[in-house]
Amino acid sequence: MTVGLTHFLVVSSLLFSMGLYAIITRKNAIMVLMGIELILNSANINFVTFSRFGNFGYSGHLVALIVIVLAAAEAAIALAIVLNIYRNISTVNVDEIDNLRD
Amino acid sequence: MHESVIINLSVFILFLPLLGFIVTLLLGKKIKSAYLFENIIIVITFLSSVYLLYSKLANFRTIKITSEFEWFSFNNFITGTMLTINLGVMIDNITAIMLSVVALISMLVHLYSIEYMKGDAKYNSYFAYLGIFTFSMNGIVLTNNILMMYMFWELVGLSSYLLIGFWFEKKSAADAGKKAFIVNRIGDIGMFAGVLILFFTYQTFSFDNIFKSISLGVLPFNSDFWLTVTGILLFCGAIGKSAQFPLHVWLPDAMEGPTPVSALIHAATMVAAGVYLVVRIFGLLTADAMLFIGVIGMISAFIPATIALTQNDIKKVLAYSTVSQLGYMIMALGIGAFQFAFFHLVTHAFFKAALFLGSGSVIHVMHHEQDIRNMGGLKKKMPLTYWTFVLSSLAISGIPLTSGFLSKDGIITSSLAFANLTGHYLFPILSLIVAFLTAFYMFRLIIKTFHGEPKDSHKFQHAHESPFLMVMPLIVLAGLSFFVWYTPNPFDSEQGWVLSKWIEKPIVHTPENSRFDFMKTNADEETEQNFSYLESETYKEAMQSAHYPAMILSELVAVLGILLAFLVHHWKKINADSIASSIKPVYNFSLNKWYFDEIYHKTFVTFTIGFSRILAWFDAKVIDGIVNASAFITKHFSFFIGNFDKYIIDGIVNFTAYFNGFAGLLVRRIQTGKVQSYLALVIFSIVILLFIFK
Repeated sequence: MTVGLTHFLVVSSLLFSMGLYAIITRKNAIMVLMGIELILNSANINFVTFSRFGNFGYSGHLVALIVIVLAAAEAAIALAIVLNIYRNISTVNVDEIDNLRD
Repeated sequence: MHESVIINLSVFILFLPLLGFIVTLLLGKKIKSAYLFENIIIVITFLSSVYLLYSKLANFRTIKITSEFEWFSFNNFITGTMLTINLGVMIDNITAIMLSVVALISMLVHLYSIEYMKGDAKYNSYFAYLGIFTFSMNGIVLTNNILMMYMFWELVGLSSYLLIGFWFEKKSAADAGKKAFIVNRIGDIGMFAGVLILFFTYQTFSFDNIFKSISLGVLPFNSDFWLTVTGILLFCGAIGKSAQFPLHVWLPDAMEGPTPVSALIHAATMVAAGVYLVVRIFGLLTADAMLFIGVIGMISAFIPATIALTQNDIKKVLAYSTVSQLGYMIMALGIGAFQFAFFHLVTHAFFKAALFLGSGSVIHVMHHEQDIRNMGGLKKKMPLTYWTFVLSSLAISGIPLTSGFLSKDGIITSSLAFANLTGHYLFPILSLIVAFLTAFYMFRLIIKTFHGEPKDSHKFQHAHESPFLMVMPLIVLAGLSFFVWYTPNPFDSEQGWVLSKWIEKPIVHTPENSRFDFMKTNADEETEQNFSYLESETYKEAMQSAHYPAMILSELVAVLGILLAFLVHHWKKINADSIASSIKPVYNFSLNKWYFDEIYHKTFVTFTIGFSRILAWFDAKVIDGIVNASAFITKHFSFFIGNFDKYIIDGIVNFTAYFNGFAGLLVRRIQTGKVQSYLALVIFSIVILLFIFK
């Protein structure tokens, strides 16, 4: 049995689902950010996979690289926001951060 | 001298008394001596009037001075032309004479009233009212158009109303004022209709222009008949104002006013306004209209003369005598004795004012006693009043050497001449009977008041001659009852300057076929444009032949009347009471004034009141019913609308609000503010969308 397109996509979607699950269920904001990273990486797998099995040359790889850079930047900004939230309301529990409702 | 001087002077005379009225009325409450201003004003008015009369006669004796200005103009919707309404003054000799007469009597009455009204609570208002009366009367006299005359006509009515009802605390005075006003209004409706017909036909109110058009053959509705109707309608105004039959009932009641007012307004000047009106419109009267006027005048001369025989109130006798004399003037106009009618108006104004002021003097001295049965013997106590009274009575009876003889004899002569020319012999016969009655009742009045034994010794003892300001007007007016002021020959007034030079001869403008025969112009005499029938040979001959018979007859009846009065009341040769009781019905008929008031009350007044009741019932039931019904319907309709608003419209609005609130309640749950739940929702939605759009 050769490893084909379907296997990669299954791994990618598993990764995506785990990331999503982490975003929705984790109470800690850091964990939520980690969920986001998982989703981004599942997208990267997809890009590379389609690039490998498709007829696109290396453009998929390039996009995956850009996404990695983007994820690094995002992580930096998001961690800064979390830090600021912690400073202001002394918690990183997302359930307690419901100021958006008002 | 230029004409404009006369015109300016006349406008000055017109408005001066108005100034007096306004100032006296406004200052009267604050300043006690405001009446003096009014008196000064009236003296200036009088002097100006005399100067006007003098300069008119000296410089412009044959010229009619007219001046007018445009009041306003408007578009006639029917014909599409512009109509202009002019106001203006016209001064001919008649105007100038009348102006002086009004001003003189007004001035004397003003001065007289200073004493007579002394102590009255509304002293200053009284003089203010006299001022507005003089203003309105001057307006009637000076105007050159029928519209302005009508306006001042109503103003005169107003001032008359104010003065009759001056003591309005007395119910009788208030009623009398009301009666005078209403009765006058009936006549004025006729006059107003006449004015409208004239304006409709000629598109102008000016006398001169109307006469010019009639001469050119323009007639109302193109018929003689309507010209007659117009003349009679205009004359209706004179019937009201000059107290002619059948509207004479207001004048005797008007005696409720202060006596000087009766002298000024209800004897000498205002009631003469009717005669003056007929004088002004004389040119448009057709033969039929003239005959109508003559008959009305004749009846009005006769009926009050018979009533005056039995009255016991000194002022009532004089009032009926006034109606009778006005009837004479109106009759004279009706039979074409134009000049004598106006002449009688002037002479009558003087001696009747003297008589009224004399009676006022008596009433004043007797402490407001007016019943001649309680008087008597005042001759010795009040010699000046007595002699002026006698002189004026001689004048009104037409005894030679007096002014009354000149004018009254002229009227009787004219009536005889008229009868000879047209065959209406009732005119001279009734004129003579009235002359007889006049002489009788006037001397009955004198004897009962001044001769004999005093009936009320207490009042008699306190009686004395009136003060100077009250006696002076009597002397002036009685002095004017002598012939010397009017003519050098006491037996022929036509030679006098008043008739031959001052009073213009009338010019008849009506179509030839609607005139009396003697008024028609002969073909050969027509050369002169301003031809007057008074100068035609036929009329002159008729007057000539009637002159001596009429004079002798009128003297005879006058002397007989005076003699009879002395026989009955002074020497008591004939017992008046037994005669009265032997002809009881006739006596009562006269005493009760021919039951005119009763008849009017039973017919017109009752009818009017009944009619008003019906109208009131109609108002209360039908009109009010309709109003109430519409109110009821509106009320219930709005009730319905209100409920519709409240339940349906508001219901929809409220329902929307409630629904939104409810929906909000539901949706609110979703907005938790938690990013994770939003995200879950988003994913959930995406999954659903994926299923829908797969």
